[in-house]
Amino acid sequence: MREASSYTLSKDRTKESTWKFLLQELKPKGKLLTPFNIISIPVILLGAVIIAIRFWKGIGAVTNLSQEVPWGLWIGFDVVTGVAFAGGAYVITFMVYILNMRKYKSIVRVTVLNGFLAYVFYAGALLLDLGRPWNVVNPIIGNNFGTSSVLFLVAWHFLLYMVAQLIEFSPAIAEWLGAKRARKLLSGMTIAAVIFGITLSTLHQSGLGALYLMAKDKIFPLWYSEFIPILFFVSSIFAGLSMVIFEGSISHKVFGDQISEKNKGQHHSILHGLSKICAGTMLAYFFLQVIVFVHGQHWNLINTPLGYWYLTEMIGFVLLPLILFVISYRKRNILLIKIASIITILGIIINRLNVTVIGFRWDAANQYYPSWMEIVVTLAIIFTEIWVFRWVIRRMPVLRESAFSLTK
Amino acid sequence: MGIDRRNFFKVLGVTGATLALGKEVAAAEQEEEVNDAYGILYDVFMCGGCQTCEFTCAELHNLPAPEDVPEIGISRKTNDQRRTVVNAYDTSGGEVAVKRQCMHCLEPACVSACLTQAMYKTKEGPVIWREEKCMGCRYCMVSCPFDMPKFEYNSPNPKIIKCDMCYDRIKEGKEPACVEICPAGALVFGKRSELIKEARKRIMEMPEWYTDHIYGELEAGGTGFMYNAPVPFSEMDFNTKLQKRSYPELTKGFLYSVPTIFILWPTILLGIHEATKNKNNNQNKIQDDHA
Ligand code: SF4
Ligand code: SF4
Repeated sequence: MREASSYTLSKDRTKESTWKFLLQELKPKGKLLTPFNIISIPVILLGAVIIAIRFWKGIGAVTNLSQEVPWGLWIGFDVVTGVAFAGGAYVITFMVYILNMRKYKSIVRVTVLNGFLAYVFYAGALLLDLGRPWNVVNPIIGNNFGTSSVLFLVAWHFLLYMVAQLIEFSPAIAEWLGAKRARKLLSGMTIAAVIFGITLSTLHQSGLGALYLMAKDKIFPLWYSEFIPILFFVSSIFAGLSMVIFEGSISHKVFGDQISEKNKGQHHSILHGLSKICAGTMLAYFFLQVIVFVHGQHWNLINTPLGYWYLTEMIGFVLLPLILFVISYRKRNILLIKIASIITILGIIINRLNVTVIGFRWDAANQYYPSWMEIVVTLAIIFTEIWVFRWVIRRMPVLRESAFSLTK
Repeated sequence: MGIDRRNFFKVLGVTGATLALGKEVAAAEQEEEVNDAYGILYDVFMCGGCQTCEFTCAELHNLPAPEDVPEIGISRKTNDQRRTVVNAYDTSGGEVAVKRQCMHCLEPACVSACLTQAMYKTKEGPVIWREEKCMGCRYCMVSCPFDMPKFEYNSPNPKIIKCDMCYDRIKEGKEPACVEICPAGALVFGKRSELIKEARKRIMEMPEWYTDHIYGELEAGGTGFMYNAPVPFSEMDFNTKLQKRSYPELTKGFLYSVPTIFILWPTILLGIHEATKNKNNNQNKIQDDHA
């Protein structure tokens, strides 16, 4: 509880002391030679080198992308999958601020922080993939609005949603800086930001699926249907929540010192609640998939290698975790919840990659496999995000009780 | 090929003349016919596979001259080094050569995909790419049903490469370079409606030489570049299962729902928020009362 003292609530800081405070906060806290650091630092450095090569020699120098497969791991995994996992933020804010489910309040901040960082880093990965990133301002400053483009919509929503999430999270920053008045102002904007954020999320979670609607002849029919947007939206709900469950369990181990006893006790009840919602939405999702399958009339395709893979996804990574969630809820088994959430996370990765990479141009002469450099860059992005996440958690009142609400 | 080509050209010379005449008439009526843009009709039957169009195109656009030749069994593709290719196929009607390039769709998927309007459907008909706008996202490539936009993967300043129907030449009143140069007269440039008439006429007058299908008349909602051929198009590696509706239509449903959601969602959310807030307050009150 060493931090509680660093919040001088009585007076706002003077400018000078704020700078000193910031400098001091920039210094690393905690040990340097943890296993995570030993693995992540070289990967991040290597990733940086590869990114430099990419800008120097072109995208082809580091990726396996081809004329037939123009979008690979960086879009299919970093952006499309990463954003699905970031969906937890809009679901939890919906539950807490719109439905007023107070129970989940203690995980709002960490979820929003996670969501925000995911957007910054994974949507930021989009910039790496742009061949001419200096023109990225074109659709933003308004001289060239390609309004008929789904990507235009998605890009704008990313941008606006990041702002919304920053506003939702900003009270924590204000508390960290001890800026009392700013905090009050920013907290007042939360509800508006939440409503705006949920609306944006609905649209761009489904929009990520809609991106692929015109690739009708290029995606393996079992993964293509006009319902991709709806499927992407519904699955983003349990994708996000499973990520919340998964990250929550890790945070409770790693940052246990930050979490109050009361919140620790409540955590199980939160997990049970989340597993119930996961089960419900997964059931809806599963039925949607069944309807889409029947509607698509692709029975003949089931008896192919990709058909078996499709069945594996539906049964092993949707139906199975769905059943596990139901059982875990009935039996109040925390371990089972965690297992179910991990299977769900894997299932979402598989699903998004099936649509965007594995099933995309499944018939191409030269199949696309990500290069090792694409994978390293992806890992480097994930690791950097965790670094920033850890930095924030150790400094701002995210997991621990806000000093402000204590004084209230 | 089992058909006498030379004889055939004679027949065609006549029709070609009619078409040229038609073109002039069309030019005169240009102002009224804003909707009827230019296109190209390409005749597989007449094409000898000489690759002259390929060489001319490469030269005009400062690309390396092709070093390989059409060969049966090898599918040459357009790429960042060539905007058009000629391939050879062994078909039920003998060996044929087929030129491929951007189809200049009437409602292009690439244009509706492009978020910077770099891909652009000109009123004259050609679909062009504009360097200063493009951000290199390659969504046009993902969306094009003909896989025509290509990307310079090995450049730090990459461009999208595809046929632009020689838009600059068209603006100067000239024909596209490939049309002008084709020694077999397999390519005809003109108003799309005239081209369709011409293509139909060929099919009607010489049914034994033409299959009853103008590829591009309806495919993907219609294209500016169209094909006449002696054999079914499926024998020449054409995707004949393409939908007849335009591709941008596939995303319309989604895009149209956006404004609705933008109005509906916040209203609903705010409503629920207010409702649950009151409920909770009431509960608190009740609890307070009990206390
Ligand atoms: S063929 Fe492809 S690149 Fe050409 S206009 Fe149609 S959609 Fe665009
Ligand atoms: S790569 Fe360029 S032309 Fe193609 S969709 Fe993106 S911005 Fe438009």
